[in-house]
Amino acid sequence: MEFLSDIASLINSTLRISTPLVFAAMAGIFAERSGVIDFSLEGKMLMAAFVAAVGSYFLGNPWLGLLLAIIACVSLSMLHGFASVTYKGDQVVSCVAINILIIGLTTALAAAWFGQAGLTPTLNSDQRFLEVNLPFAESLRDVPIIGTIYSDILSGHYIFVYLAYLSVPLVFWVVFKTSFGLRLRAVGENPSAVDTAGINVFAMRYKALAINGVLIAFAGAHLSTAVNANFFREMSAGRGYLALAAMIFGKWHPKTALVACLLFGFTDALQIRLQGVELPAIGEIPVQLIQAIPYVLTVVLLAGFVGKAIAPNAIGQPYIKER
Amino acid sequence: MVSPILELTNINKSFGHVHANKNINLKINKGTIHGIIGENGAGKSTLMSIVFGLYQANSGTIKVNGKKINLRSPKDSIINGIGMVHQHFMLVENFTVLENIILGFEGELVFGKNLEKAKKDLKDLCDTYKLNIDLNSTISDLSVGFRQRVEILKSLYRGAEILILDEPTGVLTPQEVDELFKILRSLKEEGKTIVLITHKLIEIMDLTSEVSVMRQGEMVGHTKTENTNKEQLAEMMVGRSVLLRLDKSEVKAGEVLFSVKNLTVKDDLDVTRVKNVNLEIRSGEILGLAGVTGNGQTELLEALSGIRKVESGEIYLEGKKVSDSQNFLDPRELKDKGLAHVPEDRQRMGLVTDFKAYENLIFGYHDQQPFSKSSVLNHRDIISHSKKIMEEYDVRPQSPNLITSNFSGGNQQKIILSRELNENPKVLLVGQPTRGVDIGAIEFIHQRLIDMRDRGAAILLVSVELDEVLSLSDRIVVMFDGKIVGEKENKNVTDRELGLLMAGVV
Repeated sequence: MEFLSDIASLINSTLRISTPLVFAAMAGIFAERSGVIDFSLEGKMLMAAFVAAVGSYFLGNPWLGLLLAIIACVSLSMLHGFASVTYKGDQVVSCVAINILIIGLTTALAAAWFGQAGLTPTLNSDQRFLEVNLPFAESLRDVPIIGTIYSDILSGHYIFVYLAYLSVPLVFWVVFKTSFGLRLRAVGENPSAVDTAGINVFAMRYKALAINGVLIAFAGAHLSTAVNANFFREMSAGRGYLALAAMIFGKWHPKTALVACLLFGFTDALQIRLQGVELPAIGEIPVQLIQAIPYVLTVVLLAGFVGKAIAPNAIGQPYIKER
Repeated sequence: MVSPILELTNINKSFGHVHANKNINLKINKGTIHGIIGENGAGKSTLMSIVFGLYQANSGTIKVNGKKINLRSPKDSIINGIGMVHQHFMLVENFTVLENIILGFEGELVFGKNLEKAKKDLKDLCDTYKLNIDLNSTISDLSVGFRQRVEILKSLYRGAEILILDEPTGVLTPQEVDELFKILRSLKEEGKTIVLITHKLIEIMDLTSEVSVMRQGEMVGHTKTENTNKEQLAEMMVGRSVLLRLDKSEVKAGEVLFSVKNLTVKDDLDVTRVKNVNLEIRSGEILGLAGVTGNGQTELLEALSGIRKVESGEIYLEGKKVSDSQNFLDPRELKDKGLAHVPEDRQRMGLVTDFKAYENLIFGYHDQQPFSKSSVLNHRDIISHSKKIMEEYDVRPQSPNLITSNFSGGNQQKIILSRELNENPKVLLVGQPTRGVDIGAIEFIHQRLIDMRDRGAAILLVSVELDEVLSLSDRIVVMFDGKIVGEKENKNVTDRELGLLMAGVV
């Protein structure tokens, strides 16, 4: 029985840990399907975490914090678009600039406002999101199997966890079943074809970036106003890059990107679980080695197992209409 | 008197300092096939891109059916019944035919009812014009000829009354050209107006009823096609009289200088592109290699010139083995042994376009006397050599210090040719020697190649221009799907026979 509850808690943590990755990967899909590279998922996630925490602290409502985080991230996406879509700058450089800017900006603002470098005050329970208990979770707990799945695995997560997994079919539907999705995919493959169909290439890319900003804001808010009760320095901790890797591993497709996010989330959950545990025949594994698992896995998967990931054809190329 | 469906008045367009269209006036009558002919860079495509709303004119007016219209984007022109089939197809390769066609004209936010209606409408259009397209196939699986039909269907679906085709035959086999012309004629029967942009005189004579000629950004003449002929049109295009036929002496082929045995080559994606090819080229002959783009010619040429690894088989130069899968000479060593290469893609492989002309004129020979001594370039000798050679090859302008990208395509090609031919190679491999080159320069380049042959060189000419292969070669081989599918002496062979081979039919 202990083994079963171990598994349940591992799956439970996997779902929680994967949440910001899922939001970020879905955000990345919108930007990159439109032909705009988004390395700045990391910076935007950090910005969202900061703004959500600060906004919620001052306004007393985590939803308002989330709203401000959305505004901040959409603005950053527009900045990226301004530099790389309108002014045709190098997209990677623009992203790197945003990432560096946000690391410095969040640390400096936290210091200026709260007197602590890179730390915001702890939020009370009114100012943060609380865990959601699904209906009948308590009464079903003792039912075998179903109780474990429903009460121990599915129930008791933050709202963002549910939203993240609901966003995947929604993204799939938008990208593959709507005319907006058709245009989105086309503009990342062959912008000239979109232009000659009478659609504004630049407007399409800005729209994609706006959606990207909204989605990534959820990832940041999840970190600072749900799983944690404050913002701390560089709290995104590479999740934006990991999500980007998951998206590429998932070949820019929401379903497979979700699988990749869950895989990364699982290895992370596993490494937390394995810390300090004596394994039979091996003994205790050094923490550093365990913590490296998700990253090693990324490299191995990207390099070897997936085969060639075929990016949208026009990715990274600014659209130049006249020669 | 027929009224013009499309009327352009005083159109001007500049790109930076280049005045691409100067005071263009043009009237196109409803229900006709109207040809616009001119050399590369004459401004034809620019003009039609303005009509299609892709570029905006600096000044001038455009009228459709007598009504002045304002074209800010392709959307405006599509609404006004103008469609365009671009030279480089505007298709999303991993989309289906259907997805490509409805793009921008979905008529609904979520796919459903309109998608079904679109399918039905498209089937009807396909039947009317006998286009024979499967709407569910993916573009990347279609041949070039079919992709072009998809473009035509796309324009028709979007309601085009005027259909502009920009150099539509450049990538087609003669049979595909016949099919295309059949479709265009049936479109005309249905009352559509067709504008055909081309630099090929024969197409104008075959298909059009009226023709307008452009030269260096200006409209230099309009006429009914029946009142003119090829020679007259060529003269209008170039601005002087042009020799359309080459004078070529009988072939005096000597011993075999270059041969290839069972050569197999793979491309960067590890796909076998050249399959068991055998070739022999003799001294004093031009061997023409014909084929539709992408049938392995590029990889073959790269392997022969030492740029690409040989998978299996051997290459012999003057009877001595120079390459097989184990040992091979690099391009420099081949060059030292008398093999010169004029690459297909001159801007990517033949030149450093950001460098000055004199630098490109000595590349590959820059470390030899008299251009350099003890690894230091000798500028005075390089410049004087460059001036001499630019004069000899009629490179215009004759300024060795000019950046190479500022020369026209034809003159860039002359820079490469002069560099390679100046060393009097025994074997010359030349790819697409006149792609994007103006008629005047074509004539010059062809004459040089024939001079080389007459001096006893062995020449391999790889070209997708069938006319070029036919007019220069002594022998012709046809490549299809990486294999040599036919060899013909260039006597009494017709472009139709070669076309069948090129399409892999025979």
